[in-house]
Amino acid sequence: MTTKKQISKPSSIGAALTVATCGLLGLSAPVASAKGQVGEWDVDTAVLFYSEADDRVQAAEPVVSATLNLEDERAWNIKFVADTLTGATPNGATPSDEIQTFTRPSGEGSYNVAAGENPLDDTFHDTRGALSTTWSAPLGRDYAYTAGAYGSIEYDYTSFGVNGSIARYLNNKNTTLNMGLSLSMDSIGPEGGIPNPLTRMPFEAGKSDDDFNKEFNASRSGPDDTKTIMDLLLGVTQVINRSTIMQFNYSLSMASGYMTDPFKILSVIDDNAGANYGGNFKDADGYNIYLYEARPDSRMKHALFWQTKHMLANGDVMDGSYRFMTDDWGITSHTLDFHYRWMLGSSYLEPHVRYYMQSEADFYKRYLTSSEYNGGSPVVTEASADYRLGELNSATLGLKWGYKLNDDQELSIRAEYMKQSSSGDSGFGKLASQDLYPDTDAFWVQVGYNF
Amino acid sequence: MMNLKHNNRAKTKLIGLSSVLIFALVTLTGCSDLGVKPWERDLLAKPEMQLITDPVDAGLDDHIYFSKEATSGGRSFGGGGCGCN
Repeated sequence: MTTKKQISKPSSIGAALTVATCGLLGLSAPVASAKGQVGEWDVDTAVLFYSEADDRVQAAEPVVSATLNLEDERAWNIKFVADTLTGATPNGATPSDEIQTFTRPSGEGSYNVAAGENPLDDTFHDTRGALSTTWSAPLGRDYAYTAGAYGSIEYDYTSFGVNGSIARYLNNKNTTLNMGLSLSMDSIGPEGGIPNPLTRMPFEAGKSDDDFNKEFNASRSGPDDTKTIMDLLLGVTQVINRSTIMQFNYSLSMASGYMTDPFKILSVIDDNAGANYGGNFKDADGYNIYLYEARPDSRMKHALFWQTKHMLANGDVMDGSYRFMTDDWGITSHTLDFHYRWMLGSSYLEPHVRYYMQSEADFYKRYLTSSEYNGGSPVVTEASADYRLGELNSATLGLKWGYKLNDDQELSIRAEYMKQSSSGDSGFGKLASQDLYPDTDAFWVQVGYNF
Repeated sequence: MMNLKHNNRAKTKLIGLSSVLIFALVTLTGCSDLGVKPWERDLLAKPEMQLITDPVDAGLDDHIYFSKEATSGGRSFGGGGCGCN
């Protein structure tokens, strides 16, 4: 005798996927309900895995963003993001035909970099938690406002900020004028303290602990430093027709305070026609000379941003944007971004392409020459070899797949690949045979579930 | 030499800014009948037609590019936030 067990079949593959994926994510499948309902929470969750080639930065980043919808179009959002980062990051020094030794930023020990290798500081490790909240509500019939606050804390860095915006609707809400203001206060307290700008990295070898500690402490200006950032944003959003909307923003950002990266250094390269020609310049102790970088203590950025979204007759959506940025560090950048959402019934595929190019900062230098070092009294007051301030192009290709389980739930997965290429002064003598501008390859995958 | 470099950079900036402004103005004013009636908002109301379709994706990408490039913000606030490498 056979007993037939009644199995309730999932009504669709989607429902089965929900159960399976919610189980994998450790979530219980919620009852379906439309998004944006008064008194209900809309929750977006995602986990991002980020990885750079050559054992550079690796990161895992979970996000939960929850919005409570209230009466009269009021809403309250709270968002939590965590970051765990490990890996190595370029310290700014040039590769050399000799092995190179660097003191760790904390002053605790040193690390070596093989000849011909791009110098990477492999002690990069951090955990960050960020919490932000935003309240949004209408102000009468023709206005709306938002008010927000956030805090971000990591081992050696904290950031706290407040922001607000006001929107004015015109022309039957076909035109929206926006004005926003944001203020952020950041504090950095790196292990080992804040290095004095453009002073030599001390070395421990051959010295007593006391002598080295004295030298190391003398190279520091204090345990921490701060900066403040103020952003102003003015925008216009215009409905063009039933299937096209456009946005145009101008933003001004003013930062002041400590903007140097305390972990970045510059190599000093001998420019004399001696035996060392082209090699790293060495001091009396036999060690190479590396200087801590120095950036200006203020920065003003202007950015223009334009975006257009258009729905085609078949329901596919094109989303293109362009951003132009210029600042008083001498950097100019252009960013082009394009998404195409290809609707496939209850799922969609969304290819993405992005191209970014920037010019170098006025104070960007891949290295300092011994004449610029000038026997310890540098002829420059600001210098950084951080490739992110040099001439740089980034190209990103991505693809996202989303599946709508019902009106309220969506699963998605996306992958992005970015290649960054730098260029600039190619060096001289022995340095010319080194790769001064290695590419950066990064890959990230994100899994998301919204309910 | 230095002046020439700065002049060229200033010219490039000016051309860039002007192009964007002119393009935006032409685009916004070139259409004779901008906007829709309240009952024609069906497509614009769809989630995929919001200017930021997925704020979580946008936030994560902004954080990556903020850490890897010298530009941030534009769409929204650039802000501070981390000592990222």
